[in-house]
Amino acid sequence: MSSTETTNDGASTKVEGLQEFTLRLRRYDPESGKPAYYEEFTIELEPHRSVLDGILQAKNDEDGSIGIRCSCRAAICGSCGTRINDKPGLACHTHLDEALKRSKDGKITVEPLGNMPVIKDLIVDMDAVHWKKQARVTPWLLPSEPLPEREHIVPREAMVDVTQSMACIQCGACVSDCLSMEIDPLFVGPAALAKTYRFVGDPRDARHQQRLNDLAQDPHGLYACTHCFNCIEACPKGVAPMSQIMRLRRIASQDHHIVDRNNGERHEMAIVNSVKKYGTLNEANMIPDSYGGKLHPASARAMLASLPVITKALLRRKVTPKSALFHPKSPDQAQIKRIYREVGEREQRLEHNLYITQPDEDPAEIAAHEAHVAAAAAREAAAKPGVDQTGAGA
Amino acid sequence: MKVAYWPGCVSRGFTPELHGAMAKVAPALGIELIELNRANCSGCGVIAEHSQELADSLNARTFALAQKEIEQGADLMMNICSTCQGAQSECQERLDASAAYRAEVNKHLTPEGLEYAKGIVNKNFLWVLVEELGLEELGKLVKRPLTDLRVGPFYGCYIVRPTDRIGIDDEHPRDSYLELVIETLGGTVVDYAGAQKCCGFPISLMQPDTSFKMAGRHLGDAKDAEADCLVTPCPLCHLNLDMQQPVVSKAVGRDLQMPVLHLPQMVGLALGMSPKELGLSKHVVKPTSVIDWSTSVVGAVGALSAA
Ligand code: SF4
Ligand code: SF4
Ligand code: FES
Repeated sequence: MSSTETTNDGASTKVEGLQEFTLRLRRYDPESGKPAYYEEFTIELEPHRSVLDGILQAKNDEDGSIGIRCSCRAAICGSCGTRINDKPGLACHTHLDEALKRSKDGKITVEPLGNMPVIKDLIVDMDAVHWKKQARVTPWLLPSEPLPEREHIVPREAMVDVTQSMACIQCGACVSDCLSMEIDPLFVGPAALAKTYRFVGDPRDARHQQRLNDLAQDPHGLYACTHCFNCIEACPKGVAPMSQIMRLRRIASQDHHIVDRNNGERHEMAIVNSVKKYGTLNEANMIPDSYGGKLHPASARAMLASLPVITKALLRRKVTPKSALFHPKSPDQAQIKRIYREVGEREQRLEHNLYITQPDEDPAEIAAHEAHVAAAAAREAAAKPGVDQTGAGA
Repeated sequence: MKVAYWPGCVSRGFTPELHGAMAKVAPALGIELIELNRANCSGCGVIAEHSQELADSLNARTFALAQKEIEQGADLMMNICSTCQGAQSECQERLDASAAYRAEVNKHLTPEGLEYAKGIVNKNFLWVLVEELGLEELGKLVKRPLTDLRVGPFYGCYIVRPTDRIGIDDEHPRDSYLELVIETLGGTVVDYAGAQKCCGFPISLMQPDTSFKMAGRHLGDAKDAEADCLVTPCPLCHLNLDMQQPVVSKAVGRDLQMPVLHLPQMVGLALGMSPKELGLSKHVVKPTSVIDWSTSVVGAVGALSAA
């Protein structure tokens, strides 16, 4: 079925549909005593095949010592987390042509995940970081005792709500590029906090308060996330760990009234209340309010620590005593206060999670999507002429 | 071009030089600013953390006010804060996705006759420069190219992630616009690790040590890459990178001395405005390298034709 053709330079013959790609792999073998280096491999595959397929071709044909972890090759097992052109993801879930498009110099760079020690080449020590942090958040159900005689009966919506955090395949892509963890290796991190929501959102679990309090009080816990969105961007499964962290904070501060020693809850309320009062942020009050109000001793300490900064800002006329002490109110403050009141009076929080609720249907988009799916299926069929070897169906 | 302009809170609070510089630069670019002075804080992600409905309602209110201006002839809504952009885009994504949810949120606005209709165009000044004004047009307005000024871009997380929400795609490589603008203004882009990392500001009151070390690492990386200054479209990043720099320097044990420009200030310099009128003297870290550059280039006619 496949035909060969001679390229213009006449030097090489190619099977139709195949394309050459250059992979630049980061190689490192701690036992060799040599520093890490980059090595290039040229592979030839259809452009829609995965970066993992490319690495495996290089390993098969050129250098059997390339270290890469993989199993399912279908974005299910979470083994093949790597950094491809500076972005974390699954090697088996990244098409070669897409990876090439994101490359700056026409080569596809593959590196091990970040924030974890390298065992060899593209294999990182998930036990040392990722799994340890999972274990930190007690990743199993702690139901109330005695257990019901038969099954737990829970509302359907409650379980739909936790499906997003249950979609995690433990690939570590989010951990790799977590910017808080880059500076603070003790930070619990995105995957473990997403896992926490899986239980805090589960009505069968009886330890919501304890779980939240534990993580809220931990200086490397709930309030150490810097809101950088890297985990949302990294996750191949749409878990959006940062969104789960924000939900945990919401539940901790409002449902369980946890006032933490990291000023997380106070900081949240300082901003919420400033906008309620003025319509805008009053930064001058942010420090004292986040440390428990102007008269709180911790607040005085914090003000003292930031005194050099404040003095300098005053000297440079960046901040004037007037702007620091007087903050204007929005002319529409009554309106803003009313919105606060109306939202606050709701019995149940109104949330709109796009992971669960799909966007309103746009007929043109549906048609485009269906065409895309059909084309992908056709390509897939063409690429795998053989029968699925396991014989197992989907 | 006429824009419904949301300056944000910080640009009128602790970084007044940003708001001032924008007001100076806009007319020179042919942008008329219709200030949304009745609008409210975007919530900088924290109000959404507290209550999604509250954040969505407050931002729907701002959008509805902007849409009134758009009805009166403004072309779009513009902001000058990466964090506002990200926080507002997040709310807009939810509001635009569902008519039912939008109707629920709009109930909070009806008493004042306001309503948010799906699909507002809200762009940061950076996007306006590239997508509305155009780089070619911007290049033509340059009077004093930033020749030999080595500038490190610093975006701020909220304006580059998540890519689909922020609208980054092949036609809109918004995560490379700062580099494009620096080059258009005649400057040299400094490649360093921190350009799209977090300044640390969101946790500066919760985990000050981590926060300042974050800022310190990026400032230090830029220094190692021999940057003369950084430029940012985010006033919150500016707070951690400039205002807190004395403390940041201490946290990382290194004398950083890295000036940080607001985006409109950099544009203003290239348009021939003086550092003083752009409020550069208000920065905590004296932008000496930038000022030296601008005074020396004023006399260097050759640099003009080189652009
Ligand atoms: S948003 Fe928070 S948890 Fe996610 S990568 Fe950034 S710092 Fe880490
Ligand atoms: S949350 Fe997503 S990125 Fe993180 S480990 Fe789970 S699947 Fe991987
Ligand atoms: S090999 Fe299983 S997820 Fe990639």
